[in-house]
This record gives sequence, C-alpha cells and structure tokens, in this order.
Amino acid sequence: MEGFQRQPIATPDEALGRSPNQEIPVTTTSTAHRVTTVAARATDLSKVYGEGETRVTALDRVSVDFPRGEFTAIMGPSGSGKSTLMHCVAGLDSFSSGSVRIGETELGSLKDKQLTQLRRDKIGFIFQAFNLLPTLTAQENITLPMDIAGRKPDAEWVRKVIDMVGLSDRLTHRPTELSGGQQQRVAVARALASQPEIIFGDEPTGNLDSRSGAEVLGFLRNSVREMGQTVVMVTHDPAAASYADRVIFLADGRIVDQMMHPTADGVLDRMKAFDAKGRTS
Amino acid sequence: MFRTALRNVLAHKARLLMTVLAVVLGVAFVSGTLVFTDTLGNAFRNQSAKSYDDVAVAVTTYADQRDDKTAGIDAAALKKLQGLDGVDTATGRVSGFAGVADPDGKLIGNGWSNTGGNYSPGKNGKDPAYTFTDGKGPDAADRIALDKETAKKGEYQVGDKVRVATNGPVKEYTLSGVFTTEDGAVNAGGSLVLFDTPVAQKLYLRAGEFRDATISAAAGVSEEKLLTDVKPLLPEGADAKTGTALADEQAKQIENSLTSLNTMLLVFAAIALFVGVFLIANTFTMLVAQRTKELALMRAVGASRRQVKRSVLLEAAVVGVIASVVGFLLGLGLATGLRSAMSLIGGKIPAGPLIVSPTAVAAAFGVGVLITVLAAWLPARRAAKIPPVAAMSSVHAVATVKSLVLRNSIGAVLALLGGAGIVAGAATGSSGRTLIGVGAFLALIGVIVLIPLLSRPVIALVRPSLKRLFGVSGKLAAQNAVRNPRRTGATASALAIGLTLVTGISVLGVTLGQAIDRATTDNIKADYMVSMASGDPLDESALAALEKAPGVTAVSPQQAASLEVKGDYQSASGVTPGDVQKVFAVNTVSGSLDSLGKGEIAVGDKTAKSNGWKTGDTLPVTFEDDKKGTLKIGAVYEQNEFLAPVLMPKNIVDAHQSRPEIREIWLKTDGGASKANEQALIDALGDNPAMSVMDQQDIRETFGGFINQALNIMYGLLAMALVIAVLGVVNTLAMSVFERQQEIGMLRAIGLDRRRVKRMIRLEAVVISLFGAVVGVGLGMFLGWAIGETLKSDIPGYALVIPWDRIGLFLVLAGLVGVLAALWPARSAAKLNMLTAIKTE
Repeated sequence: MEGFQRQPIATPDEALGRSPNQEIPVTTTSTAHRVTTVAARATDLSKVYGEGETRVTALDRVSVDFPRGEFTAIMGPSGSGKSTLMHCVAGLDSFSSGSVRIGETELGSLKDKQLTQLRRDKIGFIFQAFNLLPTLTAQENITLPMDIAGRKPDAEWVRKVIDMVGLSDRLTHRPTELSGGQQQRVAVARALASQPEIIFGDEPTGNLDSRSGAEVLGFLRNSVREMGQTVVMVTHDPAAASYADRVIFLADGRIVDQMMHPTADGVLDRMKAFDAKGRTS
Repeated sequence: MFRTALRNVLAHKARLLMTVLAVVLGVAFVSGTLVFTDTLGNAFRNQSAKSYDDVAVAVTTYADQRDDKTAGIDAAALKKLQGLDGVDTATGRVSGFAGVADPDGKLIGNGWSNTGGNYSPGKNGKDPAYTFTDGKGPDAADRIALDKETAKKGEYQVGDKVRVATNGPVKEYTLSGVFTTEDGAVNAGGSLVLFDTPVAQKLYLRAGEFRDATISAAAGVSEEKLLTDVKPLLPEGADAKTGTALADEQAKQIENSLTSLNTMLLVFAAIALFVGVFLIANTFTMLVAQRTKELALMRAVGASRRQVKRSVLLEAAVVGVIASVVGFLLGLGLATGLRSAMSLIGGKIPAGPLIVSPTAVAAAFGVGVLITVLAAWLPARRAAKIPPVAAMSSVHAVATVKSLVLRNSIGAVLALLGGAGIVAGAATGSSGRTLIGVGAFLALIGVIVLIPLLSRPVIALVRPSLKRLFGVSGKLAAQNAVRNPRRTGATASALAIGLTLVTGISVLGVTLGQAIDRATTDNIKADYMVSMASGDPLDESALAALEKAPGVTAVSPQQAASLEVKGDYQSASGVTPGDVQKVFAVNTVSGSLDSLGKGEIAVGDKTAKSNGWKTGDTLPVTFEDDKKGTLKIGAVYEQNEFLAPVLMPKNIVDAHQSRPEIREIWLKTDGGASKANEQALIDALGDNPAMSVMDQQDIRETFGGFINQALNIMYGLLAMALVIAVLGVVNTLAMSVFERQQEIGMLRAIGLDRRRVKRMIRLEAVVISLFGAVVGVGLGMFLGWAIGETLKSDIPGYALVIPWDRIGLFLVLAGLVGVLAALWPARSAAKLNMLTAIKTE
C-alpha cells in the first residue's frame, strides 16, 4: 500500500477548525523527566537480514526513547526501517543486537512465550487492516486481549474508552456491519481497553478516508492527553504525523532527524529535503 | 489451457495432496478388489481344470448310507465300465468325513473341510489321483495315508500311529504314506485321509459299493464318445458328466462365490469414493476461491467462460490421472497383500500369477478420473461465473445467501421424504426393506444437503461449554467452525456417512446378537451340547456312551425325523421322553410332555394352530419308511428354536429309520457345566476329535459369533471411508489456517500464545468431527431401528438394543480423529510468521 496515492489526512488544525498558522501551545517535557518515565527504549538496536552478499541492514544501531504519555510518529520512506523498528520494539520481531526495554522488561532475553505474554499485558496494537475478528461483535473484539489473558475487564474503564471512540450504539455489531472508520475505532478501543504500557500503530489510517483517519488520530491523541497513554505510530503521511508530539525520521535504518510539535507542512518540508538529499547523494 | 492447468496443479501440490490421497485410496480399493478377485478366480479355475485333468468322465450315484433303496456302483458295475472300449482306467470312489487328531487330541482343520476317501490303486499299483512323497498307499485295513499339509500340521511320520475319527468311534491307524494331490478341497487347506478301499466303503457307504467312479480315456478317445458309451451302463439315479463339463461347473461355482465377494468389496469402495467426492469438491472450491483474481484476469483478457470452466476441469483431470496411477499401483500391492493375508488366516489359495485384466485398469482410471472431474464440476461452474471485474476489486466474492435457501429447501424435502420412507418401511414389516433402502439413501442425501444449515444451531449448543472449558481458544474455535458452513458441512458429511453406516450395522449387529443370546438362554436348559464338527449326524454309539457317562443327569438327542400327515410333510425331532424337558425349556400350552413316554407326540403351537390340531387329536400318519399308522397328540407346546415343530419319542423314530440321524445330543450334568463334567463327556466319547462338546457359552458363540465376525469385517472395510474423511478434516483445517493467516497473526500479536493457537485449531477440528459424528450416529441409529423393525417378525425375542458403549467409543474416536487431523494444521498455524501475516498486501 505504501506509495499508493491517497487523500491526505486533515491536519489537526483543520480537524479542530483552527487555522494552520495558529500557535499550538504544547507542554514540553524536560529531558531528565523523560528518562525516568520511559515507556519503551531501544539502545543500539540493529537488525540484519541475510548473510554475505544478500546481507541487508534494516536497522543500524538505533537508539530511541518513547517517553510515557507521549505520542510519537515514526516516519521515513519505504525501506527506511520504520516498520522494522516498531516490530522490534513491540516484541513482534527479533533483533540482531542492541537492547529493547518495555517498561522495566528487557526483551532480548525473553522466550516466545514470555514475549507473547508481554504483548498481551503491556502492549496494544492498531493495524492498518484493522484486523478484527469477523466472528466476534465489536464489544467482544474490544475485550479480546483481556479474554486472552483471562482477566476480567475493568468495566468502567472499558465504558469510558467506548464512549470516547463513540461506539456505544455499535457494540453488538460484527465488523462486517461496520464502516472502515468504525472498525478502526473498535481497534483503537481494543488497544486502549487493556490499559497497556504502550500502544503501537502500524499505519493506522492507511486504509481510511481522510475524515475517518482524522477521527482515529484524534482519539489516539486524546488518549495521550487525557488518559496519559503512550502511543507510537508508524506512518508516511505528514498530516497523520502532525497529530504526534514528536516525529522521528528514519532513513536507511538510522534515525536521521526528529521534530517536536510537528505540523503537516513542516513534516512535508523535512521529507522533501530528505528526498532531495537522497537523490543527490 | 492445458499448460495453465498443469502449472496450477504443480503450484498447489501441497493443497492437492489430500485430494490426490483421497482418490488414490478409492482407486486402490477398486483396483485392488478387481485384481484380487481376478487373480483368485484364475488360480481356482486353473486348479479345478487341473484336478479334472485325468478325468474323462465322472459318474456319481448319490447313494446314501442311511437309505438302502439307493444303489451305488458295485464291483461288477465297475468292471463293466472298465471293460468298455476306449476306457483306460475306471476308478471307484467313496468319500465322507474323516477328522485327524493332532498329537494333543485336537482336530486338525475345522470340521467341514476334513474328508476321507479310498485309495484305489490301478493296474500299475498306483492311484493316479495321488502322488506319494513318502511311503505308499494304504494296503491294509489298519493303514491310512495323509495329505502332506495335514501330516505336517500333526507332525506325523510314516509308521506313526494316527487317531482318525469318522462318524463312528475314533480308531487308531498306522500312517503308511504321505501324498500330494490336485484335489481342490485339499489345496484350499482341507485335510484328506486315504483308507484302504474296503474300509472306506464300509465307513462311507456299504461294503463292496462305490458312490462315484472316475474314468480316464485311452489315448485318442474323446470324452463325449466315452460319455455316450458309459451312460447305458449306469444304475438308476446315477449321473455322468465329462471332466471338462465338471471343471467348467466348478469354475462357474467359484466365479459365483467370487462375484459376491467382488460386489461386497466394490460396494465399500463406492462408499469410500463417495466420501472422497466431498473432499475433492472442497479442495477445488477452495482453489477456485483463492484464484478468483487470477481467473477474473483471464476472463478480462478474453478467456471465455467455457475456457475457464474447462481449465478447472482439466486441472481436476490431471489430478485424477496422477491419483489413478498411484492408486492402481497401490491396488496391485493391496491385492498381493490380501492374498498373503488370506493364507495367513488359513484360507489357502492355489498359487498363480497376479492377473491384471484390462477391465481392472479401465475401472481404476475411469473411476479415478471421473470421480475427480465430477467432484470438481460445481467449483468449475462457480469459477466460470466469476465476472471479469473481480480482477479489479480487492474484495473476494461472498457466497450468495440465495443458493443456501434453495439448498436448504431441497435438503429439507429430501430428508423428510427419506425419513417418511424409512418410517413407512419400518411399519410395513419384512417387505419394507426396499422402501427403507430408498428412504435411507434420500435421507442421507437430504442430511448432507442440510448439514451446512444444521451446523450453526448444533455447534452453537456446545459453544458455551467450549468457552467455559477452554476459554478464548474454545470460543473462537466454535465460531470458526461455523464460519464457512458449506465447507464445514462437506467435511462433516464425509464423517457422517461413515458413521451412519458404522452405527447402523452396530445397532443391528448387537441387537441380533443379543436376540440370539436370549434365544439360546431362553430355550436351552442343557449344560452341554454334543455334535459332530463336520455337521454330519452323530453315531448311535455316542448317545449310548454319553448316557453312561458319570455326572450326566439328563440326556436327549435331537434326532431329525419327518412325518407325513394328510399329504403334508412335517419335520420332527426324536427326543428322549422324560429328559427332553430337562434339557430344553419347553412350555406346554396344553397337555403334558410326559405323554411322550406313552408313545404320544407333542406339537408346536404355531403348527397346531395352522393345522387345526389340538391335544387329544389322533392323526393318521405315514412314517419315513412308508409304513402307515396313527399318533395321538399328547401336548401342544410353545415352539422352541432348537426343536422341530413336532416332538416324537426316540423309539418311535428309530423304528422307522434304518440309521438314526442324530443332529445333536443335549445333556444336563450334575452341578452344571464344569471342567470335570466336560472332561467326563469327552472321555465317554473316546476322546474323539471329530465331536465337539459345547457349553452354553460355546453355543452362543457358534450361533452368534458370525455376527461379531461380520461386524468386524464391515468395520474394517468402512475404515477406508473414515480414513478419507479424516483426510477431509485435515484438508479443511489446512485451508482454514491458510485463509486466516492474518487473523491468527493478529491474535499472536495481541498475546495469544502458540499453545492456545494450536488448541484453537485443534478444537475447531474436534468440533467439526464430532458434529459429523453426531449427525451420523443419529441417522445410523434411526436406520438400525428401522431395519430392525422389518426383522422383528423373523426373529423371536427381538428387542432393539442401542449399543451405547460402542456409540460412545465411536464419538470418542471421532474426537480423536479431529485431534489427529489437526496435528499438522495446528502446528503450521502456531509456526506462522506473525509479521508476514499481519502485513497487508
């Protein structure tokens, strides 16, 4: 899907009805504070595929922190390693060297079973293709991670999440009876419902029209602002990235830049600059 | 088109493997059966031709030892035959039962295959029918010869003493020689004892008489000419045939018995193939669905519907051919294996080459290719209907609801019609079996058609308990099982067919078995029954010996007799008055059995009713020796399965029979059946290997044992259909796992561990298998009941028995089948690469 021409997502300003030039007040977190309350951290993270001539370095000694309560977007052109970075940090993929921590847990030493448990208890996921179970109702899909864990969902919290994403009247519907935007809202609710340490989104707006995409991003940002959730999202859409508190730019498996309080135009300019550099070099 | 089809076959090797396997098994079954029976037929035909090699004309007189009126061939008659022009030798033959005891005193062979005959040396001092490998023919009254196989089984050497039982007492003979022969019965594993001719004549007919004669022709004389010459010389009632005619006759007989074996095996092969159809159809539906885009693209670039359809059918044909080749080779192996298996269980088959007839080859390929193409027909049609525009859309076409509605209506009508037919047939009684057959077929098809509809509510029933027991895995498994009702239905159908048959025959078999058991216990009071292993009548001396045996408190023979009353023949049992009611449970309706002691007779209630007889009537009768007299009915009794409808005192029967025909002797012993009592009886009989002493348990097994045997054979044959059904489950699960890769990947990502992914797939398999099993068991019980109803009138004491233990076992096995079938799909689901799975295309 990458590189596919889609409708651009409305920037947060447009979505909130503000002019794009208006200053957005953002509370800055001090670096010191961030270190102590980091939700996930990668240190010297490398991922190498293949051997010898076919050797491909997907991630080249990447170090990055995802502070608690922050909305981070990872951007970069196709093949830059942004998805690989997310997969490694989320415990979906193994890495070649370096270390990854989720909260206090070091992922490198974990076996598959423990990794699965970690994902179940500490991580929420939102996929581009929604990935809901067609046999379950919206409600059942939302509580699925708790079902798997055999935990009783915190009813009050789940209701709050459902209210936030505006699905109260759709709970008994099955995914096929919901629109794409509604399905992704179910997916957002599913990620939030288990109150994970961190939520990873893999192009969460990739399959949505601009309005639905803006809604979903709005919910994600709200969850960070109002519920103190930590969200990391891979995207290549500057408008989507502009909802984040911070954008990390990847190219050739390395972090090449980052931008605090991004705007869609700012991100686009930065991307263009990389593209130009990529072409001249 | 052909190249595309071929490439598709190769591209989906793994997926097609199960399909190929199903066809392979079916084809192997068919071709194995055909080759096996052809080979068997050929071997036996050669055998019978060989055994009549030296026989130009065979004469048989049907002379009977018990009937003085029948004439055999005496020495003078034989001499006349010998004196005919063109006759080389005329040999007199007489034969009957002869059982050989092994050194432990046990009978070698199984009774009906033990024969004895006369050794009849010709001019050169040799009997042409036998080739001696050791020693020589018996030339004295106390000498015998044995066939090689029997001598080997008894570990007898020339000069050893051998105990041989004929229908009289046992006698000890000296082994004079060991021979081989082309005799068909011996080659089929029977034993043959050769006696000196006078001994054999006395044993089996009358001194100086032969029952049969075989004539060999001098060089250049035709069989037909000899036959016309022989005919005028024959005694009355005798028959002569040429050796060729007899060989043909025997061959035809063998062919007939093989045809029924052939038909039975082919029926089971058909069942296996029928089950296979579901598997094949499922696979092709799946392949077509997966290739929707590809096929639409072909349509978009100009392929016609016909071409698309043909490409799918061609693909099926390729699969069919490959499977047929493999299946045929496997069938050859099966035929060879069957032959050795037969000889292992004692059925000796004459050696001969493996016969692969063109019919067998044609049948194997015809069946294999035809079944595959036929099963792929619907999927091919569906493929042809894919619109070119489907190439552009990313959404797969969803199955239309309409066709399911139509399908359900058809299914409901068929099932109702079938059910009604079965019930109506059951109500009609013994003439309703055809109706039941037709009804069963319709109902089975109806249920198969309806299975997708049934799957939802039935599986919904178990969902809560699955969820409670297995948590998320159970809940998801139950839901996944009904996601594609058609596929689940086809998979479950395959199992349901097998289990319908298995359950049906189990219900019937167990019901009949218990009815027989009941008949035995209800009708018999005796502790022991003595009879000849050969099925021949017992000698009078056995009765005398048993009467004197220690511990015997009551003894009565069951002597076959008949009476002619007003032109109608009535079969009767000669029994010992006073003892008969101690060894049989005979309930009198009127009168008393004590009247037998006064020379009166007793009549069964049904016979009395149909003839209008009652106690106190005097009947004018004609006895077996044509003497006339009158007999008074002293009692009417409820008819007993083990007795004829007329009971006569033994002494009256004896008075009119030249040689009593005692079928069995029934005994009551002091303290009931015990090891000591049994030994006392065996000792009293002179340790005769040809006589069997059975207690009630043995009797039940003799009469009911064949039912268990038949059940086991049918279970074995139906196992093939079940194996194919299991392959179907594997296939369905593999497809499901493949289709739901993304979903499984997501579940793994959000924290479902491998163990529970496996469990989810496994439970889905178990749910589908059990669903099919439950449907099959239900239908099977219904059918078993219905057929049982039609048998009711023929079987006294019939009562339907549902073998819950067996049915429970079937269900457990079905569950295990699910677990087994899920092994590989579950493993591949658990090993799934999460990242590729959740990545969108």
